[in-house]
Amino acid sequence: MLVALTVATSVAALALAAWCGFAAYRDQPTKDWHFIGMGVVTLLTLVQLIVGIVQLARGEDPEQGTTIFVAYLIGSFACVPAAGFMSLAERTRWGSVTVAAGGVVLAVLEVRLFDIWGG
Amino acid sequence: MAVTDDEPRAQQNKQEKQEEREKQPKPRRQKLITGPGILLVWLYGVMVVGAVSRSAVQISTDFHKAPLAYTLSALAGVVYGFITYSLVRGGETARKAALVCCAAELAGVLAVGAWTLAEPSAFPDATVWSDFGMGYLFIPVLLPVTAVFWLRKSRAHTRPAEPSGA
Repeated sequence: MLVALTVATSVAALALAAWCGFAAYRDQPTKDWHFIGMGVVTLLTLVQLIVGIVQLARGEDPEQGTTIFVAYLIGSFACVPAAGFMSLAERTRWGSVTVAAGGVVLAVLEVRLFDIWGG
Repeated sequence: MAVTDDEPRAQQNKQEKQEEREKQPKPRRQKLITGPGILLVWLYGVMVVGAVSRSAVQISTDFHKAPLAYTLSALAGVVYGFITYSLVRGGETARKAALVCCAAELAGVLAVGAWTLAEPSAFPDATVWSDFGMGYLFIPVLLPVTAVFWLRKSRAHTRPAEPSGA
């Protein structure tokens, strides 16, 4: 369950990165549709956060330690919204680049989460 | 009419004056987070969270394992934090301070990167700057270079005082 979610989230994050990267390429700021996309990705990370905590509560142990696991769960949940708010402050193509970078960062976090959980 | 310091004013205006004075430097403080600057702030912010939380966990759990590596990670986190703050704050002083820190950061990445390759035994565990920041997609080595370019460019850009004063 968690592994499937991790894969889905990283794919979604990379798609978001590509989409916002394309917007930046066309010299556009992030628009409503992009924010809906960010919302979807954030929702995925929220579900992941909840599922992760439920798994911990059930007594399953992440391979590389609970603290790091929870820290990465929270980090990946906060990642895209933070980039989204920054793109609200910067209504140019650079706002879009920032969200694209946020998507890439989230994908990296997901890979790390996968490792930490132990595949 | 501009409000100058020596202009005599009635007491009731004092507060107003002060407010104005507080407001005044703000628009004049040059912004460093417009355009590409926002991307830099974002990446630096990510590095702050990464380096600080990483070293916090490692120092609090098993500091004895690799004290040098963990201390260096914490130091990197502090430097990143300062640069992020300078960028967000803006202004000439902050720009210069950030420039110095970026240079220090670049020197740190290169030195630690070379050190980890030359003598891996000194680092039983990785730091943020190990192998020139390979574990962080080389962002630690690319970021200061980009930041130095950006900070130098923003000086050139704002020097001929923009008409609106923005």
